[in-house]
Amino acid sequence: MSRIAARFAALEREGRGALIPYLEAGDPDMETAAAILDGMPEAGADLIEIGVPFTDPMADGPIIQAAARRGLKGGATLGRTLEMVARFRERDDHTPIVLMGYLNPIDSYGPERFCADAARAGVDGLIIVDLPSEEADLIEAHSAANAIDIIRLVAPTTADDRLPLVLRNASGFIYYVSITGVTGTRTASESDLAAALPRLRARTDLPVAIGFGIRTPDQAASAVRIADGAVVASALIETLAGTLDADGRAGPDTVRRVLDQVRTIANGVRSARTRTETPAEATESPA
Amino acid sequence: MNTHARSMPADAAGATVSPQTVSAQLGALAAEHRANTLRGGPDERGRFGIFGGRFVAETLMPLILELDQAYEAAKKDHAFRAELDFYLKDYVGRPSPLWHAKRLSAELGGAKVYFKREELNHTGSHKLNNVMGQILLARRMGRTRIIAETGAGQHGVATATVCALLGLKCVVYMGATDVARQSPNVFRMRLLGAEVHAVETGAGTLKDAMNEAMRDWVANVADTYYLIGTVAGPHPYPAMVRDFQCVIGEEARAQLQDAEGRLPDAVVAAVGGGSNAMGIFHPFLDEPDVALIGVEAAGRGLDSGEQAASISRGRPGVLHGNRTYLLQDDEGQIQEAHSISAGLDYPGIGPEHSWLHDIGRAQYVGITDDEALDAFQLCTRTEGIIPALECAHALAYVAKIAPAMDPERIILMNLSGRGDKDIFTVAERLGVKL
Repeated sequence: MSRIAARFAALEREGRGALIPYLEAGDPDMETAAAILDGMPEAGADLIEIGVPFTDPMADGPIIQAAARRGLKGGATLGRTLEMVARFRERDDHTPIVLMGYLNPIDSYGPERFCADAARAGVDGLIIVDLPSEEADLIEAHSAANAIDIIRLVAPTTADDRLPLVLRNASGFIYYVSITGVTGTRTASESDLAAALPRLRARTDLPVAIGFGIRTPDQAASAVRIADGAVVASALIETLAGTLDADGRAGPDTVRRVLDQVRTIANGVRSARTRTETPAEATESPA
Repeated sequence: MNTHARSMPADAAGATVSPQTVSAQLGALAAEHRANTLRGGPDERGRFGIFGGRFVAETLMPLILELDQAYEAAKKDHAFRAELDFYLKDYVGRPSPLWHAKRLSAELGGAKVYFKREELNHTGSHKLNNVMGQILLARRMGRTRIIAETGAGQHGVATATVCALLGLKCVVYMGATDVARQSPNVFRMRLLGAEVHAVETGAGTLKDAMNEAMRDWVANVADTYYLIGTVAGPHPYPAMVRDFQCVIGEEARAQLQDAEGRLPDAVVAAVGGGSNAMGIFHPFLDEPDVALIGVEAAGRGLDSGEQAASISRGRPGVLHGNRTYLLQDDEGQIQEAHSISAGLDYPGIGPEHSWLHDIGRAQYVGITDDEALDAFQLCTRTEGIIPALECAHALAYVAKIAPAMDPERIILMNLSGRGDKDIFTVAERLGVKL
């Protein structure tokens, strides 16, 4: 069983949803990012999403765009991001790590070599923003050969008749992009989310995580009441950015402030009531 | 219910054996037809060889598929074609003349040079051909808000113009650097009622404008149409923009036939994203004796590190929805382009150009800022035409090759835009205070 499947199965048994915090590799430097990564599990991260900086993050709002710029300046490359994951794996072999980024750096690295190196480093899943199902054959054979999940994105614009295509060969979990828009801008209403999830549940028994627009412990709690996980990104990046000095360097409390916020949101997630209508087969499916 | 969902693809495959056979046969026929022409692309995945495709976020994917269907339907609709022809003739001012540049030819002392006068179109460039087509499509699709990216401002002005004509809301994204160096066009767009957003990220040029336009689109999917100005972006844009620009080459071919009774020996056009070049190249793709030459911006020199020559100095990668030649570093990060011409200042190129380069059907060369400036002045002095800095690059290459060619040889050049917008940039480079 993959780390992702094992973690969601364990959370299902605990009767709660997953908190999936995000950090940007190299933001504001590789050491600080590594310290944040290392502290996240203890602060309450159930899975961790690591953003790989790209010069042209077309799906991201201003907050993550700025993080990507700092990450590139901080020296983050795909190779150094994998090294950071490998060091994390030396002390944590259970918390799933998902890399999120854009296709071109992976394409440039070579999808086959990248999947092999990522698996060796201990990466469990990939979210490639600009790789829709129509183009996914570029990497699927290599990710499958290395037991890396390609996390499929589903958006509010994804109509029901498109879902079978998007969900075909899906593994790990499904990432529901809760708004039409870029990251860190708007927040979906609870009623929109409650309406969206049954569409997905009817067509997959993979866990569903909600991302885009989850900023507070309450929002995270309400997301995991409806879905199986909540991704929190821009709110944490904003906190990090607030601790940097005028030259964009980490301050003495950068790591602590970000981890404290993870802890607060984790408390929100853990206090959320578990989903009441859990289909029996759901716990077996991610195998 | 999940078992049911999983079994659906298998059921579907079982139920459609017969149509699939038919479709395979039709596909083979289509492939056979395509084999005899270079004009048949892209394939059903929107690819020209390995280039093109649809690399966009899932949120946009359904919109791109919808656009593809709407465009295919419009193409087959005689009413759509008739409406477009009406606007092209009476509003854009087509056909544009073919001009034998005699004084320039004599000055160069070699081949006969003909200009396709796209700068005489309404709004002063070839951009309106594409905008007219897409705006009618957008209206057909019920969209009420039009967004566009622009570099030099020519595409933005064309878009703002037609939005004014049809009463549609218009938002234009333009890099902050370009807003500064193309201020006359910014003012024109605002006069036409468009909102112009200066994009501060990156180098503040066309690439950044395109990123921001895509972010707007993803946030406004319900009412917004993204009107891409060049033969790039996810399928169907490269093919659709090419189709709307092919009027340039079709007219030029017929006009040259009337004037000279034959095909040109070479067709030369500047290439940024590559829409004016593709428009004039495409009707000649299947004529092996016609050389097709795309002129990229070599900026301060092809090896200066400050250029915009994606084919000469880039390698294939994925940006803005398509696979194509890109200026990028070893890590796959996109590099900033540089050109004196805001319209060529882009680190990529349309995917069909990448394919034409790879199969050797078209040749791509570089012209520096300084060479373009010289050609700008040459054209102005010998022909009384102030060319845009974009097509001054094409002219600079014509000036290089024409002298060595026999006087009976014919070069067809796309004079894709007029240079009024560039006089401030040129004055500054020539050390003149306006």
